[in-house]
Amino acid sequence: MKFLRKVLDKQAPLFDKGGPLEAFYPFYEANDTLLFTPGEVTKGDVHVRDALDLKRMMITVVIALLPCVAMAVYNTGYQANYWISQGATPLHNWQEAIYASVFAYDPTSIGANIFHGFLYFFPVFLMTFLIGGHVEVAFALARKHEINEGFLVTGFLFPLTLPPTIPLWQVAMGITFGVIIGKEVFGGTGMNVLNVALTARAFLFFAYPADISGDAPWIAADLSTAADGASGATWLAQAASVGQAGSDVFATHTMGGEQWMQSFLGFIPGSMGETSTLACLFGAFVLIATQIGSWRTMFGVVVGTTIMSLALNGIGSETNGMFNMPYYWHFVVGSFAFGTVFMATDPVTSAFTDKGKLVYGLFIGIMIVLVRVVNPAYPEGVMLAILFMNMFAPFIDHFYIQANIKRRLARHGA
Amino acid sequence: MQETLSLAVKAMFVENMALAYFLGMCSFLAVSKKVDTAIGLGAAVIFVLGVTCPLNNLMYNYILREGALSWTGVESLATMDLSFLNFLALIGTIAASVQIVEMTLDKYAPALYSALGIFLPLIAVNCAILGASLFMVERDYSFSESAVFGLGSGVGWALAVIALAAIREKMRYSNVPGPLRGLGITFIVTGLMAIGFMAFAGISL
Repeated sequence: MKFLRKVLDKQAPLFDKGGPLEAFYPFYEANDTLLFTPGEVTKGDVHVRDALDLKRMMITVVIALLPCVAMAVYNTGYQANYWISQGATPLHNWQEAIYASVFAYDPTSIGANIFHGFLYFFPVFLMTFLIGGHVEVAFALARKHEINEGFLVTGFLFPLTLPPTIPLWQVAMGITFGVIIGKEVFGGTGMNVLNVALTARAFLFFAYPADISGDAPWIAADLSTAADGASGATWLAQAASVGQAGSDVFATHTMGGEQWMQSFLGFIPGSMGETSTLACLFGAFVLIATQIGSWRTMFGVVVGTTIMSLALNGIGSETNGMFNMPYYWHFVVGSFAFGTVFMATDPVTSAFTDKGKLVYGLFIGIMIVLVRVVNPAYPEGVMLAILFMNMFAPFIDHFYIQANIKRRLARHGA
Repeated sequence: MQETLSLAVKAMFVENMALAYFLGMCSFLAVSKKVDTAIGLGAAVIFVLGVTCPLNNLMYNYILREGALSWTGVESLATMDLSFLNFLALIGTIAASVQIVEMTLDKYAPALYSALGIFLPLIAVNCAILGASLFMVERDYSFSESAVFGLGSGVGWALAVIALAAIREKMRYSNVPGPLRGLGITFIVTGLMAIGFMAFAGISL
């Protein structure tokens, strides 16, 4: 440790004001604070001093995300191997060339699944950090702000929201859009209005819908040769496209049943990191225990979803079977858990006030169910619901802050 | 009842005047610096839209459209088509009702009146308002439908401008790059908000 400190201290004058590498100070600062807790503390009287700085906070989120990453790798491989063993054809790309020389397409082999998933997840992950990281650093150097860890979390979240077959150039486009338009034009980490990872995904979703929605992208295999009736669509999309008959799957299978458990554990097609509700629950536990994610927001989303789906169950519909989808199915399919735990609780873009967080979550829950059930254009509504409420979060805060000011004025006399 | 409700939802969200059609942008961008003023402007727009849409509907159906004057019983009028006067007549109603709002605010809410400044009389030429009347003509709404549509569009526009104002108040502390400060970043925010409103795109009620 002392050796490291010495090396860093020796380099410091190079980057200080007037040093030859002054322009690259953010590089030095980033490495220094990654390795050591910085010695500077806030000055003045009004600050709360705490060892929890942005770095520790972001690292905690990354730890909370690890089960999702593990499931992303495993399930991507498992889905591909399972369907290939059912008659689907492997894709023609370098991943399959490498894979075929090492393992057979065997969904029961854990090692094979992990390796197969890794071949798809890791390039996306690497691309995100390579391109997104450089964009971030370029802005830090040009705008002379520190390189901070906001991107670390964004960089973990973004690949998890993508389908395994997403072309890598789109990953680069998406993350560049997200970092620049979603964050840096607002002044960097902590200033953005919309969640950065979701902005990046929404950009891809609307710009290249063929690669991120529909039936094909969710499984890394060509299903056209598989047995009849095989569909790579997500369960939500299947239910939405076949209308009444498909959503009966949700209406007839109860909570805790075989299908429900499969969806809860995450062995279903979908975006790489979103499938496992269990892994997200672990993340929720870590975030709530460390008080980094707000339980109020998550609670709000769960309550909103429950209320809205019960209401729609009550209304019912002759033509749209999705109305009958019970709330416990809403919780385990699609990106409900992932969005609720990691996206909605984003401390920058959610509401800041405590009551505001509850309201904010509640409306996200309502919107999720509305988009899933009522909007035929999108089978999944979590991303759009969260982006929509991101927009209104400042207004919710404004409302509660003004109410608070009024209350205190009344108490103390104007 | 259900049709009224779905028309209102459609006007408010699915076909939001500001974020789906990008109408009324000038006051949308200019009067969104503070939430309180935005609420005032939003209320004024709701009122003007709620009044002008049904008024214009009456005028269109009983004076302007082809054969609309048949109620007079005069034969030469019964076949007359005055719809070439649409723009002129519709904007006339709008200007008149904006005048009423202006005088009312001047008398009863002078603070809001001066905060809105030039943008209050400019509501008269706010394209969202003329746009709503023209949509009403184009889609052949009945009197009650046009009232619901007008109010719904007004509420949708007001929601959008208030959300934008809250975002801009929050952004006052952001270190936005120099060239983008002010209108530039507001345009970007508006674009991002429109992405959020895409959640409703495709809903057919």
